Parts: sequence; structure tokens; C-alpha cells
Amino acid sequence: MTPSPAPASHDDASDGLGTGAGAGRDVALVAVFAALVVVLALVPAVPVGAAGVPISLQTLGVMLAALVLGPWRGLAAVAVYVALGAAGLPVFAQGAAGLGVLAGPTAGYIFGWLPGSVVTGVVALLAVRRTRGRLPLLILAGALGGVVVTYLGGWLGLVLLAGLSPVEAVVAGVLPYLPGDGVKVVLAAFVAASVHRAFPDILVRRAAPAEPATAR
Amino acid sequence: MRRPSLVPAHRPGRTLLHRLPAGWALLVLAVAAVLVVGVRSSGPPGALALLVGGACLVAALAGHAWARTPPGVVVGTVRRLALPLVVLAGYQLLTSGPVRGAEVVLDLGGLVLLAGLVTVTTPTDRLLDTVARAVAPLRLVPGLRGHLHPDRVALTLTLALRSVDVLWDVAAQARDAARARGRGRDVRALVTPTVVRAVAHARATGDALAARGLVD
Repeated sequence: MTPSPAPASHDDASDGLGTGAGAGRDVALVAVFAALVVVLALVPAVPVGAAGVPISLQTLGVMLAALVLGPWRGLAAVAVYVALGAAGLPVFAQGAAGLGVLAGPTAGYIFGWLPGSVVTGVVALLAVRRTRGRLPLLILAGALGGVVVTYLGGWLGLVLLAGLSPVEAVVAGVLPYLPGDGVKVVLAAFVAASVHRAFPDILVRRAAPAEPATAR
Repeated sequence: MRRPSLVPAHRPGRTLLHRLPAGWALLVLAVAAVLVVGVRSSGPPGALALLVGGACLVAALAGHAWARTPPGVVVGTVRRLALPLVVLAGYQLLTSGPVRGAEVVLDLGGLVLLAGLVTVTTPTDRLLDTVARAVAPLRLVPGLRGHLHPDRVALTLTLALRSVDVLWDVAAQARDAARARGRGRDVRALVTPTVVRAVAHARATGDALAARGLVD
């Protein structure tokens, strides 16, 4: 074991992956958010709105990981979730499991989550550094990563795996899901905003006070 | 909410397929996927693509028979895939002719069953070990130094699995609380407290990991 070059403060929780207590927290946050995606993927779909259309919360969990943890820890959490499912644990939506899910016609969406998390996380990082206008930026983060990039992956999967033409893949794989995922993006942004209010230091390191901070 | 039982999809056995190292199994699967998709994408509907897709399907079914996969598992996979495949095949039949329709069914069915064969014959923990080792070289990337050590990746995967139960209880309590307040259909009232408590749980876990010197 080598001494870590940077002194790790106890509240070191920036998106830079830390050492010491910060590293322990990073590992735990990544693991717990991967488990959170599992739980949200497996809870019975919640009926939403007056029409009561049931929506699955799996993609909500994926967006939340990146919105709360930022690009790298968010990517790690989603990658851990996908790895658990690929290895054969029934953690995908409706208890599906195994590499078969990653070879099926909808595999592109799952692969799209990985770059999507990075994009969502980068924009979320910018959002959380601001004090005003956070919510619209968090919505933008979810829309860019959780919808644009993820759908690009799903669309590519439908073209390659299902043999659809590019236009057919848009009609079959993008348009039907936009309304539901639009709702989820807004929902994820609201939840993430609450979480960042509760834990202001989870994504950005607060400026270290010269004196030990006094209780406010 | 019915608690998810995370029973792995792996079925123990003693055939050569079960003894094949996970890395080799994954390599064979990857080569098959590239071959099947590559041959079909590279040209108009034709005999070669039918042959490659058909060979993949036959090999997958023969493999399942050899590995003595319980018939229920294979039937379950086929049933999960049936509806999308029928829709897709019907559509391809109408727009691109019967050959393209057959290609898509053979390709997707073959790949998903072959992927399922790898999942069924390879122990879940060995697949996860392979993941942990496969990402290890990435730790040479500057900035990731130390974070992708196989031990740390393995710890994160294990911790994620063990966190599922905790988070399931957290989500169930949040759901009961939301119902008690008459907000049972409000997804925010379910998800926000769940995520806030997940973060708190992760922080406590992370500090415990660091205190025990499990992450450094």
C-alpha cells in the first residue's frame, strides 16, 4: 500500500474519484446506485397520470444515477447494473437476465445507456454548479443523455440487429417511446434536484472553508 | 411488493460446454454476433446470410441439447422473443420479401439462444470475475489509476448485489408512506425518498469500507 499523494478529506465527494474515505464512498455510491437501478427496474410499473398508463422505472433509474453521481460514477453504476444482468442475474426489466438481452432486438438501448450516462452526467455537473436555473439544465441533461444518445444506440441496434431501414427504426423504436420517456426525464430532474438539495456535496466539492465551518 | 429473488440463470452441469472458460465462451459469442450481423448487413437478402443465421440457430439449439438446458429455460427465451420476432418477420415479409424475413428470424433467434447458452453454462460469479479482469487494463488510463483494480471492481459488483435487498425495503417503505398520504400514484413521492435514503446508506457503507481499509 502506498500513501495517497493527496490528503483525502472526509467530505471529499467531488466527481473526481477520490482516495481514502472519498474512495470508499465512491465505491459504495456506485454499488448502491447500481442496486437502485435494479430495484427500479423490478418494482411493478407505476400507473401515471389520469389515464394511468403504466411506465417502467428502469430508465428513470439509469438517468438518476448520472444526474446524481455525475458522468464517471454514473457510468460506473450503469455499467455495474448491465454487467450483473449480462452475467445472468434477473435484474433487467420484468426479471429478464443474461447475455440474450444484450443480443436481442432492443439491445441497442442498453448499450446506449453507457455513453448516455456520460452525457447526462456532464450536463448535470454543469447544472449543479449553478444555483439558479438548475432544474431546466437537469431536464436538458436527462433529455440529451437519456433520450438523444440512448435512442441513438437503440436506433442503431434496430437497424443492425433487426434489419430495419433507418426510417423504419425511427418509426418503430423512437417515436412510440418519446412521450413516456419525456415524462421520465422531467421526473428524474425533479428527483435529482431534491437529492442535490439534500446532499449539496455529492457531485461538486464545496469550496473548502479556511476555518472549520461553523454550524449554521 | 414481491421481493425479487436474484437466482442466477446459470444451470450447473458437467459437459465440455460448462467447463469452457468464460473468456472463450464470450469470444465465440462475439465472433458469432459479428459474423451473423455482418453477413446480413453486407448485402441484399441471400443464401449466404440464411446459411450463417441458420447455422447459428442450429448450433445454439444443439448446444442447449448438449448442455441439457431445462426445456423450460429454452421455451422461456423463445416466448420472450416470440412477439417482437413475429411482428418483425411479418413486416420484413411484406416490405422486403420472405428471404429477408427468414434472415431476421434466424439471426435474432440464433444469437439470443446462443447468448442464452453462454449464460446458462457459465457460473454467474465466473462471468463477473471475467468482467472485473476485462476492465482492469483500463486502469492504465491516466485518471483511472487504481480505480479499476480487479479487486475493487469485484467489491463493487458484490456490494451492488448485496444492496438490492436493503434498497428494496427502502422502496417498499417509501411506497407505503406515499400511499398513506394518498399519493400512491405519485412517482416522485415514491422515488425521491428512496434515492435520498439510498445516498445516506451509501455514505454510511462507504465510510465503513474506508474504516476497515477495504478501499484505498
